[in-house]
Amino acid sequence: MITLTIDGKQVNANEGMTVYEAAKEGGIYIPTLCNHPYLTPYGACRLCIVEIENMRGFPTSCTMPASDGMVVRTNTSQLQELRREILELILSEHPYVCLVCDRKRDCEPYRASIRKVGVTTGCQFCPKNGRCELQKVVDYIGIREVTLPYEYKELPIERGDPFFDRDYNLCILCGRCVRVCQEVRGIGAITFTCRGSQALVGTAFGRSLQESGCRFCAACVDICPTGALVEKRRKWEGVAERSVVTTCPYCGVGCQVTLEVKGERVIAAIPSDGVNRGQVCVRGRFGIVEIVDNPQRLKTPMIKRDGELVEATWDEALEIVANRLSWYNEREVAIICCAECTNEDSYVLQKFARVVLGTNNIDHYARLCHASTIAGLSRNFGSGVMTNSIAGIENASCILAIGTDMANSQPVAEVNVKRAVNNSAKVIVANPYWVGLCRFADVWLQYRPGTDVILLGGIMKIIIDEGLADISFIRERCDGFDSLAESLVGLDLDYVAKITGVLPGQLIEAARLYATSKPAYTIYGEGLTQQYPGSDSVSAVANLALLTGNIGKPSAGVNPVVGLNNVQGACDMGVMPDFYPGYQPVADVANKQKFEAAWGTSLNSTSGLTPTEILHAIHQGQIKASYIVGDDPTLHGKLEALDFLVVQGLFPSPVSQVADVVLPAASFVEKEGTFTNAERRVQLIRQAIQPIGSSQPDWWIICQIARRLGGRGFNFNKPSEIMTEINAIVPIYGGISYHRLEKGSLQWPCASGQHDGTAILYQETFDRGRARFTALEYKSSAEAADANYPLILTTEPSLYYFHAGAMSVGLGEFSVLAGEAQVVVNPEDAAEHGVTNGEAVRVVSRRGGMEAKVKVAGTVPVGVVSMPLHLVHSIISLVIDPVSKIPEYKVCAVRLEKRP
Amino acid sequence: MTFGEIHKQAILEWEALQNSEKPRIFVGTATCGRAAGAMAVLEAIDKELSRRNIDAIITQVGCIGLCYAEPLVDIIKANRPRICYGGVSPEIIPQLIEDYIISDNPRPDMALGTIGEYSIDGLPKLFELPMLRPQVRISLRNCGLIDPEDIKQYVANGGYSGLAKALRMSPEEVIEEIKKSGLRGRGGAGFPTGQKWEFCRRSPGKEKYLICNADEGDPGAFMDRSLLESDPHAVLEGMLIGAYAIGATQGYIYCRAEYPLAIERLKMALKQMAEYRLLGDNMLGSGFSFQIEMKEGAGAFVCGEETALMMSIEGKRGMPRSRPPFPAVSGLWGKPTNINNVETWANVSAILQRGGDWYASFGTEKSKGTKTFALAGKIVRTGLIEVPMGISLGDIIYEIGGGIVGGKRFKSVLTGGPSGGCLPASMLDLPVDYESLTQAGSIMGSGGMVVADEDTCMVDLARYFLSFTQAESCGKCVPCRVGTRHMLNILERITQGEGQSRDIERLERLAQVVKSTALCGLGQTAPNPVLTTIRYFRDEYETHINERRCPALACTALISYYILPDKCEGCGICLRDCPVSAISGGKRMVHVIDQSQCTKCGTCLDVCPDRFSAVVKVSGGTLTVPTEPTPVTKSKGDNRASA
Repeated sequence: MITLTIDGKQVNANEGMTVYEAAKEGGIYIPTLCNHPYLTPYGACRLCIVEIENMRGFPTSCTMPASDGMVVRTNTSQLQELRREILELILSEHPYVCLVCDRKRDCEPYRASIRKVGVTTGCQFCPKNGRCELQKVVDYIGIREVTLPYEYKELPIERGDPFFDRDYNLCILCGRCVRVCQEVRGIGAITFTCRGSQALVGTAFGRSLQESGCRFCAACVDICPTGALVEKRRKWEGVAERSVVTTCPYCGVGCQVTLEVKGERVIAAIPSDGVNRGQVCVRGRFGIVEIVDNPQRLKTPMIKRDGELVEATWDEALEIVANRLSWYNEREVAIICCAECTNEDSYVLQKFARVVLGTNNIDHYARLCHASTIAGLSRNFGSGVMTNSIAGIENASCILAIGTDMANSQPVAEVNVKRAVNNSAKVIVANPYWVGLCRFADVWLQYRPGTDVILLGGIMKIIIDEGLADISFIRERCDGFDSLAESLVGLDLDYVAKITGVLPGQLIEAARLYATSKPAYTIYGEGLTQQYPGSDSVSAVANLALLTGNIGKPSAGVNPVVGLNNVQGACDMGVMPDFYPGYQPVADVANKQKFEAAWGTSLNSTSGLTPTEILHAIHQGQIKASYIVGDDPTLHGKLEALDFLVVQGLFPSPVSQVADVVLPAASFVEKEGTFTNAERRVQLIRQAIQPIGSSQPDWWIICQIARRLGGRGFNFNKPSEIMTEINAIVPIYGGISYHRLEKGSLQWPCASGQHDGTAILYQETFDRGRARFTALEYKSSAEAADANYPLILTTEPSLYYFHAGAMSVGLGEFSVLAGEAQVVVNPEDAAEHGVTNGEAVRVVSRRGGMEAKVKVAGTVPVGVVSMPLHLVHSIISLVIDPVSKIPEYKVCAVRLEKRP
Repeated sequence: MTFGEIHKQAILEWEALQNSEKPRIFVGTATCGRAAGAMAVLEAIDKELSRRNIDAIITQVGCIGLCYAEPLVDIIKANRPRICYGGVSPEIIPQLIEDYIISDNPRPDMALGTIGEYSIDGLPKLFELPMLRPQVRISLRNCGLIDPEDIKQYVANGGYSGLAKALRMSPEEVIEEIKKSGLRGRGGAGFPTGQKWEFCRRSPGKEKYLICNADEGDPGAFMDRSLLESDPHAVLEGMLIGAYAIGATQGYIYCRAEYPLAIERLKMALKQMAEYRLLGDNMLGSGFSFQIEMKEGAGAFVCGEETALMMSIEGKRGMPRSRPPFPAVSGLWGKPTNINNVETWANVSAILQRGGDWYASFGTEKSKGTKTFALAGKIVRTGLIEVPMGISLGDIIYEIGGGIVGGKRFKSVLTGGPSGGCLPASMLDLPVDYESLTQAGSIMGSGGMVVADEDTCMVDLARYFLSFTQAESCGKCVPCRVGTRHMLNILERITQGEGQSRDIERLERLAQVVKSTALCGLGQTAPNPVLTTIRYFRDEYETHINERRCPALACTALISYYILPDKCEGCGICLRDCPVSAISGGKRMVHVIDQSQCTKCGTCLDVCPDRFSAVVKVSGGTLTVPTEPTPVTKSKGDNRASA
């Protein structure tokens, strides 16, 4: 701690702070336009100049390190005069009539009527009016007149890209946009162009943002102090009437966003401070508004009459659902839920299944992405969740990102990896196709899809052979090391290379980096889990972390950053055929008794079916009625055999088309509840507007049906009451109350109201006591290439697709960015199969074919092609991992057929 | 090979060369020589020698600094001094070879002087010439004398003995020696070099970098280019010494890409150093290891600023950043970094070769040693010079430079390039040292010296230099990007004759804001030419603004050309040469310029025969002359008679 005297006031500051930060800490305002807490000091606008005793000139406080005993003056008349001159210089290039107008206060009430003009010539014509930092600075410095001649740059406004416009006539060259894109997001899509008075912000060679690699996260828009960068959608909305902080529903990171609301409309979702530290991605930034305010939303209940869905009242619809569901026994019904509902919705839904319908036939889509994590990690640790926190990535010395395309699936978590890179962390990327992180990688292991177990086996063998294993950790905390070592003894690196396509030298480099740069943080995604031996791949990652002692420590661990926002919560809440809430197996008699006591009814102890099994049972005619919450492409065309189908969701979909009853659900901005993100963090969602139309929260709908069917224990009035019930019977959620969440999120396990939650698991002990190494045998994928299907198709996530029902693919500007269906083909394969870039082909698997355009690129290895997962459900393999029952989405044999 | 062995071999070869029976011919082929036609001369020499079957040794040397006399050819015959011939053209080569090499006539009429101990009657010693006599050549010690592409010639002339000596000292002792010499940064700012090294040495960190700033960008400056082309090893040896003293392991030379020959010679020099183990691991068996990498600039003037230069090396857009942290603490890649310019490094090697005390014996109390200057502009003997600090501006301009071209009146000299200031005739006695120049409102800068005569308009000159800095601003900070543009707009207005009464005040106010708040040296010094011209030539500004007149008759918008009816004899030359046909007339008719058509190119004035001198240039008023051609009244030849 150091002490400075600023304007005669004693100010305490931390070592390493700048004078500007110290002043801010001490409550002293210094004007600035280029400085920003997220960015490294820049010193371009020169407004934050100060006088420092024993120092000549006027140093900029934003770049000057504070030191003990410094005497600083921030507002002498000379400084104010210089600032006035500098600000005049800025205003001589920025429309300023409004800024210095003496009638600006009187004008305020009328501005709405005169605003919508193409060219911004003053504040009343500026979309940023009221939110413009230049206005604040002008007010502080008190400019009455600009004596310098004004020069309008006369630049055309860049309107060609989706989501936001760029009007560089309003740009003051503070460089915040360029810096946030480069320093924080690691993208570098925009840059400074030209120099001198011609200097400007733009893209390389004046290309469009999309061509320049922009990811449309809008960090630049949010950080722009003027109206130069403004979202198209809220351009003329002006200042929000109120704002609500909530949790973004578009991936497992759980970013905090502030919803800006005007009347009953959400006009913008801007990043807030939380796990995301002021960053968000295109989905949160623009997708929320796009979804909530979409005219296609379901607004009233619909029932099928004479083969047509017609509008109905809630009473009619609920009555039909209750009545029809009562026709079937517990073996004839099944519930499939999305992973986007709140914890409270999920809890009520599984309770409804078990208490009212008497069935364990309930599961959700985590089965399709996350199930192998639960199965795999449980073998090693005793439970299957992310061991560490997302924030911990930043301080890791080494990051292994395997089977994850974070740039597209969890962009904000990827920002943390880039922060780590800025802190000199080493990065190992293991992925069959090129991902954004490869740009920052020290090693890229481009292995063949489905060969994870042998790839990781090779790395572990090198670590053991070179004596790099953490023997003391193994001795203290693990079992089964000998059998692991034994299983690797005969592994030949050349054989590994043959199977995986990764050269021994690269494996050695990766092994040494991982084993010697501690702590090493492992991130994995669907590339690892969606495999025929998916649970083995997960175990292999866990083995590697245990082998090097990277468990139970900060910035280490095994971390599946899941794709869907509430996969973790839905699992925690027991939306699974074999677990009660809190991972308490239904097959266990003690659990059955516990929940029977809690719920006041007798329960069925037979484990239920998973989605793939449910679809099979529907096909076989064993399941006759089904209740679907949300939508998923895997269901399309597979529910027609049902007697009775209820679909509940936000949008009409191919599934709702065949439903008997469609129930409109309120979106996450229209209700309260909690989401649990990938790192076990329970966070509130807060209601910002009234539900659209007559839609209702999912938990409310379920409770209504349950009560009509005579179910007891469904008299909830609000989600917090549901959470109180959860607290009582789910030990890991024991201390997580709304009262506490209002003050901040909590990571489970959190046993009691006094427990602070758990950021890092297994610091002292594992759930199974000692960890266990799992000796693994390499199993090839279930699907193999042959002469007819010579290529392996692997699947990628898409940044511009998210699980808001099948709708998101077609939503506004997202559809533009997502582009048309593409199949990426290696140049060698393209030559061999005679296809060229841009050519339309049919991609045919053993299950069917689909149209796609060829993109020839070296980003996939020879023999492998890739496509976005959400487009290819009709052709990919549905063979499931026998342990976790996850389908093998990442490996599918195909051929490319040229069109006649 | 030990250094002793290298040295011995180099001396033997050098002596063999000196004692060679064959004639030796030196051609100055630095860029300046080449621009004057040295390559054609070289080709002519080759051709003539082979035609006559003469066995001679031809050596391409760098630049000795006599730009006004390029191309330069030196010839040594056995037991004769080296004779330097100036202004050599390919056409006279056969005759010169015939006369001197074959017939032993040294042709004193073509020679500038002799170099070496012996002399030839009727020929002065070259270094006794007025341009060279006042000079003290330390950093330029070998320029034009040795083959820059042969490391052994450098070694034979004392090269790398400074390094060898340094390696026998402790790094601290080396720094002490530099401190003792009083050497200050020759890039312009004049920070004490030894102290700078000490900061960097004391900065914690294993990795440290060392940079040679060869991004010489000032208009009219060519000291660094000439030095790198003529004696690259002098600079490189300095870098090795610096690296040893600081504890750096990696060096960079940041050279502007516009200097291809300098880059080529540096690369060649680096290769030779590596061959002789003067670079790389365990240099000369001392345990000291160092590497040097070349980086070429991309044409941005601002990259001569140290922090922008480092950004550029890192592959980023070259934009300066605020200090602190200073490069000595956090420079290239965030590591402690020491940066000095080309001339500083060349002085370092000389200091270690001959001692700090020796170096400190030159110059003034606070500005020790020598400084190179590139003399350019309206001066008789343009060239590259090296003078002891403290010499007066007048001595440089009149004694070394030979005064003003065409016997015109000296008006001003700009020191320090576009960041410097314009000093008037009243300051000719000013001693050239860091303090005096700063006090006069100018700076030492890297050494450009542009001389202006009475025909130069000081407002226009200020406008020119500001247009340069304004265009070269990186655009990062507001005062430099926007402030200089407003200043330039005002200056343009004034030179256009549209000055307003408060313009001088506005200029001074803007200049003050830019000077005190710009981020880097480029911005902070950009107003200097404006401020010094206002300080010393305020009347010129006032005349432009108040009388709409350019006293130097230089600002195109403010001048007009007229043909005097009493002098014109209707010869028709001006009418024929006027590029825009603005002149009308006829045989024995007084010609008339149509002012509305005239583009003020000045051709008529240039072509009007001296015996008539009928065309005049005026500013700030009009002459009453006929508007249509009228017959010439006086008889032919009157003018000549009266003249």
